[in-house]
Amino acid sequence: MGQSGEGHIVKQFDADLMQLHGRVLEMGGLVSDQLSRALKTLDDQDVDAARAVIERDRDVNVLELRTDEDIAKILARRQPVARDLRLVLAVSKAVTDLERIGDEAIKIARMTIEIYGREASILPGNELLDDLELMGHEAQHVLRGALEAFDTMDVDRAMSTLGMQDRVEKTYKAALRRLVTYVMDDSRNVGHMIQIALVAKALERIADHARNVSQYVVYCVQGTDIRHASVHMAQSGR
Amino acid sequence: MRTVSVENEVVMADDGTVEPAAARRATIDRDNRETVGDVTARNPRMRCRDVSVFYGDKQAIHDVSMDVGNNEVIALIGPSGCGKSTFLRCLNRMNDTIDGCRVTGNISLDGESIYDTKMDVVELRAQVGMVFQKPNPFPKSIFENVAYGPRIHGLTQDKSELEGIVHTSLEKAGLLGEVKDRLEEPGTGLSGGQQQRLCIARAIAVNPEVILMDEPCSALDPIATARIEELIDELREQYAIAIVTHSMQQAARVSQRTAYFHLGDLIEIGETSQVFTNPRHQLTEDYITGRFG
Repeated sequence: MGQSGEGHIVKQFDADLMQLHGRVLEMGGLVSDQLSRALKTLDDQDVDAARAVIERDRDVNVLELRTDEDIAKILARRQPVARDLRLVLAVSKAVTDLERIGDEAIKIARMTIEIYGREASILPGNELLDDLELMGHEAQHVLRGALEAFDTMDVDRAMSTLGMQDRVEKTYKAALRRLVTYVMDDSRNVGHMIQIALVAKALERIADHARNVSQYVVYCVQGTDIRHASVHMAQSGR
Repeated sequence: MRTVSVENEVVMADDGTVEPAAARRATIDRDNRETVGDVTARNPRMRCRDVSVFYGDKQAIHDVSMDVGNNEVIALIGPSGCGKSTFLRCLNRMNDTIDGCRVTGNISLDGESIYDTKMDVVELRAQVGMVFQKPNPFPKSIFENVAYGPRIHGLTQDKSELEGIVHTSLEKAGLLGEVKDRLEEPGTGLSGGQQQRLCIARAIAVNPEVILMDEPCSALDPIATARIEELIDELREQYAIAIVTHSMQQAARVSQRTAYFHLGDLIEIGETSQVFTNPRHQLTEDYITGRFG
């Protein structure tokens, strides 16, 4: 797991922690896939695939429950301290964020059904959906970065994803501004605009949850809680 | 341009990437044997500076400095043979009784060096009481076990005053309710946990300032252990307490400060909450997480 030091004298403790760490990666892989599929349903206008995404969220929830059970067992049986304790806490928080990413992915799938699942529905123009594609890529990028950082417990990798999340935030704000101009051009867009704004919000939330996962990596390795540390933008040229 | 945040924890570069300004709590390498952490206590009762202990030619403790603070429990932890018990025994000169044992450095109680030639060792051991791993009541009655110390130190004028001290001490040790109707029965007839509390009452009876405990619960069951731990927490309000324990959970439960010893060196000392969540030395972390023993 990228940390120095020997294994525990009690080998089973190593195995327990390894399994816990693995759960985050397993769950991360699953929600990452859910997100990709949800975005694809939008692109493909595939209502059936969207329903499948919603159905599959059950697997995400099951993984969350299992992980919580494992955590309770480890706390009761091993009383972890120091970096072991930090890992258990980090996993506990990470799975909560990952589960929420799963929930946000469902919102995207629901929009596919909402827009393309009705007969005689007016379809949104591509210009409305362009921002979602970009945000989708960015959110996936942040999530991948966070999961890779968690996999290897790499603080540098984790810190670099924090900056990526900032970009998602900017894209989100730009997208909202653009959506408003489309509505002003043609008020019939307002229904789609609201749907698309909600999906954009979901993607922004996903990147935010992924950033949290990166922050748990820093906490786990360094013992530093950076969740509310202010990150100032460079002031150059201003 | 790189901008450092107010908290000085995160740096963001022009391209938006963020990196830690510094690993604030970087783990200190195993080979570094300097003490990490603050050795001082807020309200020190005992001050130990550069204490070394030799058994003949063999050095068992290397330049250990730490305070034992009033109204706090400091836990001394570490693997067997790390010197924690040896160090504890320096604090009331119990090592004097061991042939060939030599202590250097300075240890003071309320500013007075305890190794000064003028120091009355019997008086010192009353002021710095000790409770051992195995309960060791005298083969006398419960009453006499507690009354013995005040009597030889001349702390009382008459019998009623002595009875008062015995009752108060037993009460403080949480034992009075269980033994008040059988004070004349032998102390050795009590259960292990009760015997240990009797030994604590015996230490308290002579008005100590500091109480040293050398694995006081290792021979007790979990219930008796919990009672002693609760008692330690109550005694903290009046005394300075140093406890040697092999149970890391016990150290985490009862102490405010923790000192980790390794092969005669004091490796790390700090607030117990910090040591158990975020130790700064690799050796401390390896030990408390069970990576070596």
